[in-house]
Amino acid sequence: MATPLAPDTPLSAPLDVGFDYTRSLGPVLGRFMTALRERRIEGVRGSDGRVHVPPVEFDPVTSEALSEPVGVADEGTVVSWSWMPDPIAGQPLQHPFGWALVRLDGADTALLHAVDAGSPDRMRTGMRVRARWVDEPVGSIRDIACFEPAGPGAEPRGPAAPPPAGTEPVTMLTTPVHLAYRHSASVQESRYLRALAEGRFIGQRCPACGKVYVPPRGACPADGVPTEEEVELPDRGIVTTFCIVNVPFLGQRITPPYVAAYVLLDGADIAFLHLVLGCAADEVRMGMRVEAAWKPRERWTTSLENVDHFRPTGEPDAPFESYREHL
Amino acid sequence: MNRTDIAVVGFAQAPQVAETTGTTNGVEMLVPIITEVLETTGLPRREVGFWCSGSSDYLAGRAFSFVSAVDAIGAVPPIVESHVEADAAWAFYEAWVKIRTGQARTAAVYGFGKSSAGDLRRVLALQLDPYTVAPLWPDAVSVAALQARAGLDAGLWSEKDMAEVAARSRADAIANPYAQLGDQVDAATLLDQPYVAEPLRAHDCPPVTDGAAVVVLAAASAAEDLCEHPAWITGLEHRIDSPVLGARELHRSPSTAAAAAAACGDIGTDGVQVAELHAPFSSQELLLRREVGLPDSARVNPSGGPLCGNPMFAAGLTRIGEAASRVMDGSADRVLAHATNGPALQQNLVCVMEGRD
Ligand SMILES: [Zn+2]
Repeated sequence: MATPLAPDTPLSAPLDVGFDYTRSLGPVLGRFMTALRERRIEGVRGSDGRVHVPPVEFDPVTSEALSEPVGVADEGTVVSWSWMPDPIAGQPLQHPFGWALVRLDGADTALLHAVDAGSPDRMRTGMRVRARWVDEPVGSIRDIACFEPAGPGAEPRGPAAPPPAGTEPVTMLTTPVHLAYRHSASVQESRYLRALAEGRFIGQRCPACGKVYVPPRGACPADGVPTEEEVELPDRGIVTTFCIVNVPFLGQRITPPYVAAYVLLDGADIAFLHLVLGCAADEVRMGMRVEAAWKPRERWTTSLENVDHFRPTGEPDAPFESYREHL
Repeated sequence: MNRTDIAVVGFAQAPQVAETTGTTNGVEMLVPIITEVLETTGLPRREVGFWCSGSSDYLAGRAFSFVSAVDAIGAVPPIVESHVEADAAWAFYEAWVKIRTGQARTAAVYGFGKSSAGDLRRVLALQLDPYTVAPLWPDAVSVAALQARAGLDAGLWSEKDMAEVAARSRADAIANPYAQLGDQVDAATLLDQPYVAEPLRAHDCPPVTDGAAVVVLAAASAAEDLCEHPAWITGLEHRIDSPVLGARELHRSPSTAAAAAAACGDIGTDGVQVAELHAPFSSQELLLRREVGLPDSARVNPSGGPLCGNPMFAAGLTRIGEAASRVMDGSADRVLAHATNGPALQQNLVCVMEGRD
């Protein structure tokens, strides 16, 4: 839903996007993830003999493909750290924690992870930390829940849980990513959407080429100049081109066959996509005169969906020459 | 004059602000500054030989936002256009190559970012290794804090040094009408503030900024018609370090040192009067000064720098534009601009520019 704001404030609304990134791992990272599932940490030996944890597929200096796995400890030394007082969504801990680069015993590079230290006073460069494993590892860097202080004074660890039953190597990694945005319409789009909420169409004319854009764009894409002159447009026009949808798909609102058409409002230079209903699909043709079939007024919002569809007016077709420049 | 000589001849930038009401495709920020830079240079829009932009769809939260941005430049009749998913300083590099190879005489390079549309700290986690790092969602400020700590531990700088960078930047930004922040505050006052990500305090971190910038480049055959004092590019280089944070010495930046050495040539940084460094965090300025090897006499970030306005994907190009402006306005003869991409200064570009009488 759009946020109610002062009349000239651009409309905006939350936009939440999410995707489960699914990646194949290849031999080096696959082996690393498979070991994590067994609560072991494995690096890879570089061209110069140094052990990289997390492993890298190619040596950073020689570019040689690397393949020799090297087991390292799940305990190590903090080489740099920072303190996160207010964790954000998705981070390993949801209470204050330290971020640390941890050089595990047996490794030459450091792994980035969280340290559950309770207070920044307990963090320092050189401190000893050990992995805290999750109960049900799956083959992910998050099988390490976090690190925790180790060494003198630390609680002894309980007995290690038995490795899980999975025997197939880990070959895939799925990472869900969810991001929240506030999507803004432009000033011009906002005026257009607010006019739709009143049952009107408005466009804008480019001062350079004279073309009328609906929806208005703020800048003429041909000339790159701001479009300022507003043009009121009727809710009728012609079909320039169309297709008949015969294929059912998920979320379809209308039973096929039906027509999706480019509708060019009278006085506009840019057509927009909409539905043409009110006649048989095979009767729709280029140049056909159509008018908006509005939804009941009480359902109008700041959306082109206020127009349920376009329907034939029965007027004579427009000649091809009148819209040949608009295809 | 070498026929491949290329100069910056124009620069314009949008106000750096905490939040614009505009769209994430940047058109509202870009239309006025592109109009401005074309008017200042007198370069007709249709005669721009190459357009190149830098931006990120992750910032916009939508696919192909840079295609919508092309509305701002006018693409009919068809233009020659390209885009980098990186700071627009790398679009600047692409444009420079285009001119050097004789495929264009002039180029307009722009960058834009509406950082306020999403949660920037989280969005930037997605530039980290997608297998072993990004699933932990390390935010950009925490990663910078690890780098600041590495320098503190190595004895290269102190928290007081960092606060002094912030205080100087903010004082300088008072004179920059485009800067988001700018005030007189002393380092001791800043050091009384709490940490936001120890060892970083708020003043050590850049503000979240919406903004845009555009730079015009021209080959020697066109430059002097477009600008009275072109900023001639005498060196432009970029280098990259490992993406593995734990494999780098974070208090060092070998890629910056290598890019600077290559861009500065035999005379090094001698005579550099102004340096604009793309250091979003105070500790990064201290790191970059060392790696570039700036003389003590060089003025660093007289614009206030990214600590006072950090328009993502435009802030690096803004450094080039600000440094070039010091040559174009006659106040400096030799300037250096630096731009960065990626986490904790992973990739670095150095551009050296000079005036000629
Ligand atoms: Zn036009």
